[in-house]
Formats: sequence, C-alpha cells, structure tokens
Amino acid sequence: MDTRKTARSRWEEAYAAREERDEDFSTMSGIPVKPLYTPEDVEGDYEEKLGYPGEYPYTRGVYPNMYRGRLWTIRQFAGYGTAAETNERFRYLLENGQNGLSVAFDMPTLMGLDSDSPRSLGEVGREGVAVDTLEDMERLFEGIPMGEVSTSMTINAPAMVLLAMYVVAAEKQGVPPEELAGTNQNDILKEYIAQKEWIYPPEPSMRIFRDMLAYSTEHMPKWNTVSISGYHIREAGSTAAQELAFTLSDGFAYVEAGIEAGLHVDDFAPRFSFFFNSHLDFFEEIAKFRAARRIWAREMKERFGAQSEKSLLMRFHTQTAGVSLTAQEPYNNVARTAFEALAAILGGTQSLHTNSLDEALALPTEESVRIAVRTQQIAALETGVTNTADPLGGSYFVEALTDELERQAYEHFRAIDDLGGVIPAIDSGYQMREIAEASARYQRELEEERRYMVNVNVHEPQEESDVETHSVPMEVEHSQVERLEDLKSRRDEAAVRERLREVKEAAESGENTMYPILDAVREYATVQEVCDSLVDVFGRYRETPVI
Amino acid sequence: MAETIRVVVAKVGLDGHDRGAKIIARALRDAGMEVIYTGLHQTPEQVVETTLQEDADAIGVSILSGAHMTLLPKIMDLLREQEADDVLVFCGGTIPKGDIPKLEEAGVGAVFTPGTPTTRAVEYIQGSVPARQ
Repeated sequence: MDTRKTARSRWEEAYAAREERDEDFSTMSGIPVKPLYTPEDVEGDYEEKLGYPGEYPYTRGVYPNMYRGRLWTIRQFAGYGTAAETNERFRYLLENGQNGLSVAFDMPTLMGLDSDSPRSLGEVGREGVAVDTLEDMERLFEGIPMGEVSTSMTINAPAMVLLAMYVVAAEKQGVPPEELAGTNQNDILKEYIAQKEWIYPPEPSMRIFRDMLAYSTEHMPKWNTVSISGYHIREAGSTAAQELAFTLSDGFAYVEAGIEAGLHVDDFAPRFSFFFNSHLDFFEEIAKFRAARRIWAREMKERFGAQSEKSLLMRFHTQTAGVSLTAQEPYNNVARTAFEALAAILGGTQSLHTNSLDEALALPTEESVRIAVRTQQIAALETGVTNTADPLGGSYFVEALTDELERQAYEHFRAIDDLGGVIPAIDSGYQMREIAEASARYQRELEEERRYMVNVNVHEPQEESDVETHSVPMEVEHSQVERLEDLKSRRDEAAVRERLREVKEAAESGENTMYPILDAVREYATVQEVCDSLVDVFGRYRETPVI
Repeated sequence: MAETIRVVVAKVGLDGHDRGAKIIARALRDAGMEVIYTGLHQTPEQVVETTLQEDADAIGVSILSGAHMTLLPKIMDLLREQEADDVLVFCGGTIPKGDIPKLEEAGVGAVFTPGTPTTRAVEYIQGSVPARQ
C-alpha cells in the first residue's frame, strides 16, 4: 500500500481502474450521479440547512416526532359510478382501516357539466363518481358521520360548487362548517399547466379562488382550502425539479391571491396543503420532498413575512406515480408502487395513496385496492422505517441531491418571474413547453434503451398476462340521467332561477360568490347550472396546445 | 415515393391526460408524417370534421377517461356516414384487454396500451396507411 497517498486518491485510482457498466448514471430527471458522495459534497451549516424536525427550515420533517407520534394517513382516492356505489366503497375502505376519505369525481363533474349534457356522453360515473346536485352529495355521505371523517375532494374548476354541496350536506347531518375537516384540491393553476380540466380563464379563476379562500378562512378552520398539486404536473411528464418548481410557484401565487383578498398571510397559509407525486427514482424523490419543505418555509418567512410557525409548514399528501405502471405483467406494479411509497414515507409525507396494480388498464378492483392498502400497512408496521425522523438526513448523497433540486427550482422561479409571474408564464406556454420537452426526452431515452422499464423495454413478458378489471356498466349513465331528470321535476324551479341570478350578480359585482352558491345548491341547482351562470360573466378558457 | 402521411392526433372526451397524445404526435412528426393535433376535449363530430378538412389518412385517438367504448364506435359511425371509412383509426390509452376485440370489431385498426414503444405505432401506420389507399 502506498502510504504517501490519501485514502481518497487511493479510492479514486482504484475506482478508475475498474470497469463501469455501460450506463448513464443519472437520476430519472437527468441529474448526473457520481460514484460516491462524501462530506465534500455537502455545503453549509447543519442548523441552518437541516435543523430539527418540527423546526425551521423543516428539511427533516414538519413535526418534532414524525411517525413516532402518528403514522401517515392512508388515503385511497376512490369514486366511480353513482353516489350510492361510491358510498359503499367508502364504507368498505373505512372498515378496512383507512382513516380518511378521498373523492374522485367523474369527468363531467370535473368539467362543470351535468350528466345529461351531450358532452358527458360515455363519461358519466366512469372515472369517478357523478355528482350533479346536492342530492348526490347527500347520498355519497349517507351513514358516514361528516363531523368525524376527514374528506379530500379532488375538484378544481367547479370546486366552489362542490364545496357548497359538501357544506350543505353536512348541515343536513347537523354538522356546522366549523367542524368539517378535509381538503378540496382547488388548485386551478395546475389545471392550465397539466391536468387540463378547466372552465374559466385564469384571471377569473383566481377571483373564484379568492372568494373560496375568504369563505373557508372565516368559516372552516379545519378545512385545507387548497391542495397545491405537483402530482398532475409530474404525470404529464415533468422532471422532479419541474414538479417541485411549478408546484411551489403556484403556491406563491395563491399566497399572493390571499393577500390581495385582504387576508393576513398567517390567517390562511396554515390551511394550505400540498400534493406530490412519488416516482421511481428513489433518492431523487426523497430529495424533492425535503427540498420542498425547506423552500416553502424560507419563502413564506422571508418573502411573505409569515410569523406563525404553522404558515411555514409544508404538509403534503403523496400519490405513487400512475405513469410508472405498466399494462404488461400488471402484478409487477405492486413492487413499483411499494418502492414509490417508501420514498414518500422517507420523504416525510402526511398522507399517502398507493396505486393499485391494475390502474394502467382500468379503475382498480376491490382486491387490487386491498393489496395497495396492505402495501402501506406493511411499510408502516413491518419495515421499521417509522422509528426515526428523516432517516436519510445526513446522507451525503441525499443532501447533495436536495441542494441540487433546490437550485434547479430557483432557476425555474427566476424564469417564471422574468415572464411576469405564473399566469403570464402560462399564457406564454412556458410550463407546458418545459413539461412536453422533458416528457419527450424521457420517452426517447426509453426507446434508445438508456432508461429501463422492466417488461416494457427490457425483460419483456414471454406470454400475455391478464388480470380481471373493474368495469362500469352503461346503465350507470342512464340511471344517473334519470335521477337528475326526476330531481329537476321535484325542485322549486322558480327558486332555482332566482338563486342562479344572484350567483351571476355576485360574480358581476365582485361580492363573494360563495354565499349565493350555497343558497343555489340548497335549492338543488346543478353543478352545470351554477358553472354556466359564472361562464356568462367570466367566459370560457381555450388552450393553445403545445406539442 | 408515396405522399406524406397525414395523421390527426385527437383527444376525445373530457379527460385532460395529454402526455401520450403529445408523445405520439411528436414521434409521428419525427418519422416524417404531417401531424394535426386537435388539442383537448374534442367531440367525435369535431374529430371527424377535422379529419375531413385536413384530408387526413389516419386518426390516432388518445383516451384515458374510460369512455372509449362510447366515443370510438361513434367516430367509426361518423366516418362511415361521411364515406370516409378508408381513414385508418388507431387508439391508445387505459383500455382494458377485454375491450380491445370489441373495438377492433367496430373497425378500430389497432389499440396501443400504456408502455407501447412509439416505434410500434409509427411502423403500424407506415405499414397500414398505403395499403388502404
């Protein structure tokens, strides 16, 4: 052994003398990965950059005790067919140990259309539950104590109408809005960027956001007013850094909207929550979650002057990556989902949805949902990863990746600022173009076999495998349309017209539209009737598609 | 040398998942085809109208909302009504295996499920379009 050399240079020489596999060693998003990370790769002061869980800048977690105090919430997104069918699935999930509900609405509801609209043909109850009126909402929660469960509603463009229905349905169970716990997604900016379920143009959509925020801040102290979502941005093909950057910049825009509405940042920011994707590149995902917490805390404190500690905390829900699932050999998706779930847990998520193995093909069956829930329970109860907070904190590699993702996020923030902010950037197609580029690059890398998907471009299946899939019969659509017609014949038509007129007036005058919408849904005005009244004032959004 | 193949890439129905449609649009374009991307939330009527206006040889329909059994047969019917059933229709998205034979029976040329390499779609169109003309 040559003692004149340092251990480091000995290792470097020894490494260089050996063969490397012929691969691009980089993260899924293209960040180059070195063969080894050492203290030299980690800059900065421990207390300043990492600190302690529950302490600024929250890199290591939002609570002092993390999962030693309370495990994350298992929250499976569910909804299909009619309200009565989804109600059954909800009860099944609650009986099987799930502790929060998460409502998936069907496409027409997401677009603010009723089940009897010609544009809803073939879509009713297919990818989520069909909700046209308050009556459907009441049926959805029948026998479920709305004051005791927490409910997440994935709804954006028509969020105000569905929130109003939820509030009134609870009122009928004797539960006031003050006691309702849960979240509505209500993140309209990411709709323009990625998910593409919009109604109005961005500016009036932000006005609606302000109205809802003002209402919820005043009346719903246990309600998360927005779930700022990176999930769909990632599913649309973005990199981890783009997901991080676009989500946080949307978040900043919502904070600005709240301040514009005349609210104090500390009155509403504690009720902001986040929703991220957990993809397959294990360490990159963990680094993303950690960087997200640190950036949010810093910006809230330094840029928006938040004083309350609760305003600085980034609490988030995570869903494993739907896009990583394959139609070929679907049972392998259980393994993919388990790795992704583990990354979310090691990243300190507050709640988690694990995808089911059959979701590249259809909505999940009850059995595949059970496996997905069990995957979380195994992680929580058998693997020991919950014993200590932020177990990977201090890993030279994870800390270096966390810093790199943070750096890339700030590059995107600057680009968005240079374009004049999030909405002008959307108008210019910036985020969409970035995502389309990243998505095309990844696909090219797959096809050039520089990236792998087992049973897609490597270890391809020898024989066709098949799983039984869930299906929603066409009768669901027919019966939902019939129920809607029947309801329309029973309601007080004159009262509905009068309430809708008031909704329109509020939209025109600048008064808070939430109050007249509550009155309108109480009279059983439909989702589409309310949304169309607002379209009369606000207009409809048209996208310029970017390939 | 045959004329350039013209393909309408269409998002029918209400779902906003456009990653696959954009990937396919790019791949076909990179393979030398002329691609007309409709954008989101198209009705079958709009798609067929675009196809006729653009005199396209093929339509690639991307659908992830589960409405494929309603919307694809509708497109096939409209094409027949317009005597444009020489247009090749293929589709991609979250489509359960059991529905594939039914779609083929309705006249859909090929169904590509998640994970299909884009080269397969390109080769399929290059192989099938000239035969139909």
